[in-house]
Amino acid sequence: MLIKELTEVPGIAGREAQVRSYIKDKLVGEDLGFSLDAMGNMYARHKAGDTPHVMLASHMDEVGFMVMGYDPGGLLKFAPVGGIDLRVVVGKKVYVGEDKVLGIVGAKPIHLQKKAEQNKPFSRQELFIDIGASSEEEAKRKAKIGDQITFATRTEYINEKVMKGKAFDDRAGCTAIIEILKSKPRINLTGAFTVQEEVGLRGAGVAASNVRPDLAIVLEGTTASDVPESPEHRYSTTMGQGPAITLMDRSFLANQHLNKRVAELAEKEGIRYQFRRTNIGGTDAGRIHLVEEGIPTIGLSLPCRYIHSPVSLLNMDDLQGMIDLVKTILEDIAEGGFPLGKNY
Amino acid sequence: MDLKKFIASLSNTPGISGMEKEVSQKIVSTWETLADEVEVDTLGNVIAWRKGKNSNHPPIMIAAHQDEIGFMVNEIDKEGFVRIEPIGGIDPRLLPGQEVVIWGREKVLGIVGAKPPHLQKPEEREKAIPLDKIFVDCGEKKESLTQKIRIGDPITFNQELEWFNENVCTGKSLDDRAGVASLHQALLELKGTQPEIDIAFVATVQEEVGVRGAITSSFLLKPCLGIAVDVGFAQRPGQEKELSIEANKGPALGIGPHVHPDLFSRLQGIAVENDIPFQMEPSPHPGGTDAYAIQMSRCGVATALLSIPLANMHSPLEVIDIRDVRRTGKLLARFCLQADVEFVEGLTCL
Repeated sequence: MLIKELTEVPGIAGREAQVRSYIKDKLVGEDLGFSLDAMGNMYARHKAGDTPHVMLASHMDEVGFMVMGYDPGGLLKFAPVGGIDLRVVVGKKVYVGEDKVLGIVGAKPIHLQKKAEQNKPFSRQELFIDIGASSEEEAKRKAKIGDQITFATRTEYINEKVMKGKAFDDRAGCTAIIEILKSKPRINLTGAFTVQEEVGLRGAGVAASNVRPDLAIVLEGTTASDVPESPEHRYSTTMGQGPAITLMDRSFLANQHLNKRVAELAEKEGIRYQFRRTNIGGTDAGRIHLVEEGIPTIGLSLPCRYIHSPVSLLNMDDLQGMIDLVKTILEDIAEGGFPLGKNY
Repeated sequence: MDLKKFIASLSNTPGISGMEKEVSQKIVSTWETLADEVEVDTLGNVIAWRKGKNSNHPPIMIAAHQDEIGFMVNEIDKEGFVRIEPIGGIDPRLLPGQEVVIWGREKVLGIVGAKPPHLQKPEEREKAIPLDKIFVDCGEKKESLTQKIRIGDPITFNQELEWFNENVCTGKSLDDRAGVASLHQALLELKGTQPEIDIAFVATVQEEVGVRGAITSSFLLKPCLGIAVDVGFAQRPGQEKELSIEANKGPALGIGPHVHPDLFSRLQGIAVENDIPFQMEPSPHPGGTDAYAIQMSRCGVATALLSIPLANMHSPLEVIDIRDVRRTGKLLARFCLQADVEFVEGLTCL
């Protein structure tokens, strides 16, 4: 299954090669033109004659860690790459390096803690990764400084609709682009699989400069905070309510005319949708819409609970809804119904 | 059954305190092929007998607990989120982002969630998330979820045992299924031999909530002496060295108020004679293991404690070295074959 395999491939920012080749394998034979830029962004170009050119962008990288050093007993020291709340790291399985060496994040047993220690999160200095090595030499043979570390989470359904897994942010977006490219829409389309989003939206601007599309649609996994202990007006998105049209985030204020048409199309086609309602987080849209003299950009988000943690939840109906909505938008552009002018 | 297969099978089976049945059944079916007789007592303790030449003598009891820490379903709220109650001592800081299984009418997967970090105030982020703010998310609404699970259902970590290399593995509940596995190893080593005194190998229940299975099983067995096998803290950074033992250095022989000095010396002597590596574990506070209950059973029982080094105790990813389990089993078997009436009587001689 595409999303299962794609989310289980390791690929932190700067180490997207395995993800890239997996995606390319899935698209070979679809009559697409592939190219790669110096940062590692990959483009899959679909040609459809004299039509506007749309870029779909999703990032390949995921949050993870990097091997920083060793302790004399053979444990690994590590540091996060991307935004991870270190409180969710303890007691989890990870894979180290491209060969996926099994590791676990250990911590002091409860029996040896003082009561007050339990009120304070573990600090990075207290955490280590155990790869079962009994000496520094053995550890050095199995894990090199700079090796990537990713969560060892398996992706699977936990009920009829919902999957658990890591890296839905943003391999779910990559999955959507693959499906959309395969459907061969009647419009010039470039699938841009970007790099280094999690360390500061670093690949997307370069991608937009290379593609120079008439419209960009960013497909992202986003936070769904529809869980206990959080107030409803801070939910941002709700899982199971369909793809979310981004109103704004920390990096981007959406074009209202474009958003209005997207909502109209969703209603017309009976595709369930919602709005992404908070200004938290940044996405590739933040870079893309500022490229050159500005590129019209739409942000579509998939609600994921517990994003940036070892295991998040995604409703597969939401993903299908996003794919359907993008196809509808592309068809509307081909028909000339979509407002592509400079009318902010 | 091969020791590595046995330990994996035990570790992967759910069995929180008070709900050990599935684990018990695996132990019974495996030990039936190795023991002369296997029985289960009222509380659920599994007792496997190796009959001795002198079957009138009270038996030697060797105990390791089969229960694991975990949770119980406490509430299913109106949105379908599950609140949980811990069974045994668990650091709540380990829980966010953990995968769990709720063993209801059917097996339900869930993940442990908490308030998203970006909605927490800066001062909240500097604090650990307490247990009462934590919940299990099964991605389902209450209406469908309550068809599958109900209040009181047990919850375990969703972990399969995995090997780092040929000797070191990680999994849940190795505290104290590693101990049970060492009893299994002893049974394997005793194949084709007959000890002097009856040996009762006991996989006890409800240790994690107060050594309860050891209380009833030692009352039932009236043992002449008892050895508890549990796990000890393998050394890791940030741990007090004196409270830790080392992986791959053999079983740790406990020494302290709950260990009879002569029994300790005998175990130490046997380890030396048989080239079995061992280490010392000073334990000034008796408690926390089955030895505590066995020692105070009826009119008092001479007890000893063996600890298998284990890292990340009471976490979903406990780590052991199988060589330590094998050595512990070997030491137990050697002890069983050498224990005679004279030695036992000597334990209460002035």
